Amino acid sequence: MADCGEPDGPGNKDDITRSKNEGKELTKEEKQRLRKQKKHQKKQKERKNEKGPSETEKDKTPVSLLPPPQPVATQKAPSALPAPASAPIPVPASAPFHSSPAPSPADKPAKSKAELKAERRARQETDRAAKQPGSSSSGIKTKVPLSELNPVVKRLPEHVQVDDPAVVKRLAKKLERQQIPLRSDYGYKVSLFSHLHQYSRKAPLTQLLSIPSTVIHPSIVRLGLQYSQGIVAGSNARSVALLHAFKQVIRDYTTPPNEELSRDLVNKLKPYISFLNQCRPLSASMGNAIKYIKKEISNIPSQCKEEEAKTKLLTCIDRYIEEKIVLAAKAISKYAIEKISDGDVILVYGYSSLVNNILCEAFEKSRKFRVIVVDSRPRLEGREALRRLVQRGISCTYVLISALSYILPEVSKVFLGAHALLANGYVMSRVGTSQIALVARTYNVPVLVCCETYKFCERVQTDSFVSNELDDPDDLMVTRKGKTQLENWQDVSSLGLLNLVYDVTPPDFVDLVITDLGMIPCTSVPVVLRVKNLDQ
Amino acid sequence: MPGADKEADLTERIEAFLADLKRGGCGTGPIRGSGETARETTALLRKVTAQARWSSAGDLMEIIRKEGRRMTAAQPSETTVGNMVLRVLKIIREEYARSRGSSEETDQQESLHKLLTSGGLSDENFRQHYVHLKANVIEAINELLTELEGTTDNIAMQALEHIHSNEVIMTVGRSRTVEAFLKDAARKRKFHVIVAECAPFCQGHEMATNLSKASIETTVIADAAIFAVMSRVNKVIIGTQTVLANGGLRAVNGTHTVALAARHHSTPLIVCAPMFKLSPQFPNEEDTFHKFVSPHEVLPFTEGEILSKVNVHCPVFDYVPPELITLFISNIGGNAPSYIYRLMSELYHPEDHDL
Repeated sequence: MADCGEPDGPGNKDDITRSKNEGKELTKEEKQRLRKQKKHQKKQKERKNEKGPSETEKDKTPVSLLPPPQPVATQKAPSALPAPASAPIPVPASAPFHSSPAPSPADKPAKSKAELKAERRARQETDRAAKQPGSSSSGIKTKVPLSELNPVVKRLPEHVQVDDPAVVKRLAKKLERQQIPLRSDYGYKVSLFSHLHQYSRKAPLTQLLSIPSTVIHPSIVRLGLQYSQGIVAGSNARSVALLHAFKQVIRDYTTPPNEELSRDLVNKLKPYISFLNQCRPLSASMGNAIKYIKKEISNIPSQCKEEEAKTKLLTCIDRYIEEKIVLAAKAISKYAIEKISDGDVILVYGYSSLVNNILCEAFEKSRKFRVIVVDSRPRLEGREALRRLVQRGISCTYVLISALSYILPEVSKVFLGAHALLANGYVMSRVGTSQIALVARTYNVPVLVCCETYKFCERVQTDSFVSNELDDPDDLMVTRKGKTQLENWQDVSSLGLLNLVYDVTPPDFVDLVITDLGMIPCTSVPVVLRVKNLDQ
Repeated sequence: MPGADKEADLTERIEAFLADLKRGGCGTGPIRGSGETARETTALLRKVTAQARWSSAGDLMEIIRKEGRRMTAAQPSETTVGNMVLRVLKIIREEYARSRGSSEETDQQESLHKLLTSGGLSDENFRQHYVHLKANVIEAINELLTELEGTTDNIAMQALEHIHSNEVIMTVGRSRTVEAFLKDAARKRKFHVIVAECAPFCQGHEMATNLSKASIETTVIADAAIFAVMSRVNKVIIGTQTVLANGGLRAVNGTHTVALAARHHSTPLIVCAPMFKLSPQFPNEEDTFHKFVSPHEVLPFTEGEILSKVNVHCPVFDYVPPELITLFISNIGGNAPSYIYRLMSELYHPEDHDL
């Protein structure tokens, strides 16, 4: 019981499991009655607040697709109470809001919600029927992941709401519950970006506190540190590292007694994801990978034995990496090589594993071209790309981004990598990419973006401010001729350093996007997303 | 002999100046700012006028041209030197014309009519000797020096006309003129400045520290973030190394990107440049326009193994075409880029354009 994962809602859970083991139905019924009372109280409060706030309440607690049999069970509590073993778990206070037959104010959203609820109920019943000797579910989910059925507002991630003290407090409480240390912001933040975190690389998360391994698996701790120190960087690299770490977690996982693997493992992953988020905000590709894993885990049938389930999950993850990253890279290279002709002068920016892959393969297929690598401070990732290309024997030129206007008249094509492709066609990539696309457009040089489909994301964004990442501001300092101009920037109150990580490129600067599904224009991203969703 | 001593002294000073110019162009920015260079050049030319032996205006012009050629050859990218030489030549012509009694206006412009009718006038050989020519010329050069000393203040005085409160202003690298401009406005208005650091020399850092010391809210950004941040910028105010004859700029590298980003967001681009930076050159071929410095700044020698196999470029200047510029602010006021060619004809005589 003790190693059932994080101590969510300790009181209720312990009661339930205890009562389950001791067979005290009465206490459970009492508990459920109490809960029903709370439900009613909540409904009354919500009726008082009428329509508007009721909408926001709904928004705050969207329902998940993953089968929570709890709401159904609580409703049918009086009738369907067989052996204590199959007793359902008490719902979180928020869930009854959804599960109640909703005689709430008769406005349209409520009505459609009722319909949706009916559907969900039916699905849950079938699930429940399938899992007869099932067990009580795992801990209470206080933060449920997004639902596809809820078409209204998606919940805004916490890491872009740093200026809202309520959100920050909520996050701190959640992390405390999960026993993860909270990382504090560093340095003076430019007012335009006060809604984002700004961490210092010199203060990693694990410096002050040690994290017990029962809370977070050590490979995840290592991964988090690698992210925060910049050792593992780049969209693909981070996703692959994440998936490998999760494979290790799954290998070391044992289902606690009276728990179901499909539900417990998902809950185990939650504090890991919070921790990784604290180390470095998750990228879109990592988000998609996590969604996939969670879906696979929850689709494991309950009668599956543990070993079998684990091997199944491991093969799923391997297949994901193979399909979405490795094979996708091969497909993209195949398409991209058609676009490279002999005598080309190709410009690349920074280090993109995919673009490097394309260039190396094109060189192996004996295309004659030369490469211009553009780099920028403070990350200077282009040097890594330069090293790899020079090792292959490709003739390269190297400039900084400020020399772009000088070098562009020589260029025939620009190949850029992407961190994510947003649903409105904007390309989110390393800061500086939009500049390159802008100047290339002025000189009429075609810009081609290469991106795998697993990086496509349903978010929309029009500028680089609302959702971005702030890196350590101390990186901007430079020592030239023994003098560091900005050495004491912290002491000067009116001086701020801004180290952005990402920016968004408008679709009119991009001529073509090469994906594993083919070559599409930037504006076709939502089409691809829709097709993918239908497939899955 | 006192005369010989003075001449030796003069040549010594000229040599020292040339050496300074040659050394100053190592890419981290000149050892002295353009204003100082202009003043030193003018002072030197005044000395040449005072001490060299000449009897007529033509001789003096020959001497000045010779020295001017040597000085511009020492550091071709430092155009203020050449500009000052041209100014002094124009002063000599004017003073000569005034001594002769003819009005100044007739010699000013080249027009088609003049070319047809007065073919003889341009054969002016400046051979006549006038007693007071020397004194007049030196006096005029002194006036020029006074003007040069006041340029930064003149420009800074116009700051309040262009900056309102709560603005976000972007600038690139380091320009003493822009620094004075912004500091003057900051005395009365509150605004925010974003400085692009301008790698690899990172002169933007110095600019930012100076501005923040004057209690201006400053933010330093990397060059790569220029476009990302531009959507929130209200104005872009930059300095330049040279203003070309067509109204374009030869400015520090990265300025063209800033200008393009400003045009994309329809943000006005204001250039603060004193008149002595106006040069009669046009932006012709790439070879003469660009100046390169050691690629060590871009890819240091610590990356030795790849350094030998890669081409590394480190250009210092960028060309910004006149259509991207909204306004020039100079010591004589604000001008549109399309007006620059007229200003040029007021400052320099067309025959002197090729030294």
